[in-house]
Amino acid sequence: MSTQVVKPAASDVDRPTRLRLYQLMVELRDFEQRAYELFLENLVRGTSHLALGQEAIAAAYGVAMRPDDYTFCTYRGHNHTLARGASMAAAMAELLGRRNGMLHGKGGSMHLTDVKHGAMGSYAIVGAHLPIAAGAAWSAQVRQSGQVAVCFFGDGTTNIGAFHEALNLAVVWKLPVVFVCENNLYMEYTPIDSVTAVKHPAADRASAYGLESILVDGNDADIMYGIARRTIDKARAGGGPSLVEALTYRHGGHSRADPAKYRPEAEVREWMARDPIKRYRPRVLEAGVDEAEIRDIETRAQQKVDSATEEARNGAPATIDEIERQVWSDGSARWRN
Amino acid sequence: MAELSYREAIAAGIAQEMARDPMVYFIGEDIGAAGGVFKATVGLFDRFGPDRVRDTPISEQAIIGAAMGAAMTGLRPIAEIMFSDFLATCWDMIANQIAKTRYMTDGQVSLPLVIRTANGGGTRFGAQHSQSLENWAMAVPGLKVVAPSNPADAKGLLAAAIRDNDPVLFFEQKSLYGVKGNVPDGDHIEPLGHASILRNGKDCTIVALAAMVPKALAAAEQLGADGIQATVVDVRSLVPLDTRTILGEVVKTGRLFTVEENPRLCGWGAEIASLAADECFDDLDGPIVRITTPHVPLPAADVLEDAAMPSIERIVQTVRESMR
Repeated sequence: MSTQVVKPAASDVDRPTRLRLYQLMVELRDFEQRAYELFLENLVRGTSHLALGQEAIAAAYGVAMRPDDYTFCTYRGHNHTLARGASMAAAMAELLGRRNGMLHGKGGSMHLTDVKHGAMGSYAIVGAHLPIAAGAAWSAQVRQSGQVAVCFFGDGTTNIGAFHEALNLAVVWKLPVVFVCENNLYMEYTPIDSVTAVKHPAADRASAYGLESILVDGNDADIMYGIARRTIDKARAGGGPSLVEALTYRHGGHSRADPAKYRPEAEVREWMARDPIKRYRPRVLEAGVDEAEIRDIETRAQQKVDSATEEARNGAPATIDEIERQVWSDGSARWRN
Repeated sequence: MAELSYREAIAAGIAQEMARDPMVYFIGEDIGAAGGVFKATVGLFDRFGPDRVRDTPISEQAIIGAAMGAAMTGLRPIAEIMFSDFLATCWDMIANQIAKTRYMTDGQVSLPLVIRTANGGGTRFGAQHSQSLENWAMAVPGLKVVAPSNPADAKGLLAAAIRDNDPVLFFEQKSLYGVKGNVPDGDHIEPLGHASILRNGKDCTIVALAAMVPKALAAAEQLGADGIQATVVDVRSLVPLDTRTILGEVVKTGRLFTVEENPRLCGWGAEIASLAADECFDDLDGPIVRITTPHVPLPAADVLEDAAMPSIERIVQTVRESMR
């Protein structure tokens, strides 16, 4: 297996891009941290799957994408939705089941969607959105719109049929789609390598579809940005799909119900030391940004999250009228006359 | 008017809409140069080319997922699932994704797509290639469900389904593909959600769908000779359901019989029976009777399959005994 590990090409990333990447990662981190605090306050009902620790992947692609490109992500999708510019307050309000939520309370944490920002949905059945992303790419291809679809999914997805069906179709039709596997080492609770035939669940499968095998450090924002540019540019230029495996790590468990006691302490320590934000801050300094400017970014991110939280908390509960709205395109739920 | 077979009418309906709207694309297994395994798409590949009439691998999740992704981004795709039994392999895409995405996003996403599929028995294919599955689709909020019984409806309802802004599951009854009938010339469209009254009688109302419609009509003729005058209603569209027409006819005759190809439990007729019991109870002069396939997987042998599915004789006998 000739899996290629992509090395950093730090010099490729200019100062304004580094600043944007850092700012976005900090905002995503603060949002997820706040979401976690609101769970503890029992303000978020149901479940939620946080992506604390996985910010570099969402931020890099978010910065690299064109505004009209399409994002498809999973139930661990807060980061990917916000990285496209979706409203933080609307996302927070959706988590709280409020009327001012992004989906007016009808989707919840696992389904954040903001079509006007190209966030085409968070999909909560593992694997489903890979063929759907391929379909959006097919539409972009035949409309000759130059749009690219980027589809994020977890390591567990590589063992479900839809992953393989989507990859095959995308290659055969040479679709402008980028498949990004966020390998955080655990399927849900079970280590991915204990249930997978190959070591690198996505990268080692790439050759089966005639694709380059790409394995990258998903906790390095520069590397992620480089691979994002490369794969998106290739898709936009008509070069067809890519499959990227980005190694990363969840700070917490699979969902709010999971304390993640199954992870060895040494492993957790090692990965916490490789936290993408902690690692990136010195690099932003290296790029010539001074400490005060970085602090300012951090303060503004906190303020943004505070204000989003306040707006969400002040929202009224979702309206009962919503129950029978928008089953159909006429806005109704009528199935009979 | 031209006389077309049901399969020719399907191809004509697709052609009519592809010619009208450049955003209509058609994908599926063997639909292109091969013209479809049921020959219901003959001529489309030659006329519209390999980009708009596109063969796929045997990947039902990819077919339906691609149709969904395309529909949410500006195309108006038609996807073929060769046998309705194969819907089970992509039911996540249909029931979890396509049916729910508009609702969950509170209308951010529209899904103007059609899933065409060959449905039903009568062809000795056995239990995995013969099911009548329209009731599966009917049970999922967010899916429109249509099943034509004749060539004119096959063309007109398919055209309406393609123009509809919601996802439509379009069940073509495979035993009807060879049946011929008159189809209006030119642009032909039959709006969804309208049942049709095919025969008027004062004594009872027989409600049927797809391949059961010609059987119900033949049974009604025989019953007429016995002095039982039956109304026959072709449901045509299960969702949206034309309860006004169906229950209106039940009220007029005071008796309701459903003829369903699906196995017994939770067939579409059960919903109609429930609605009649709720809303026409005082107008009923006798029990509501459902005539269905028994609650078994459909057997393959001709004698078994014929005996399992509702037949003209069984309809006549059931109605006659119940009306005695």
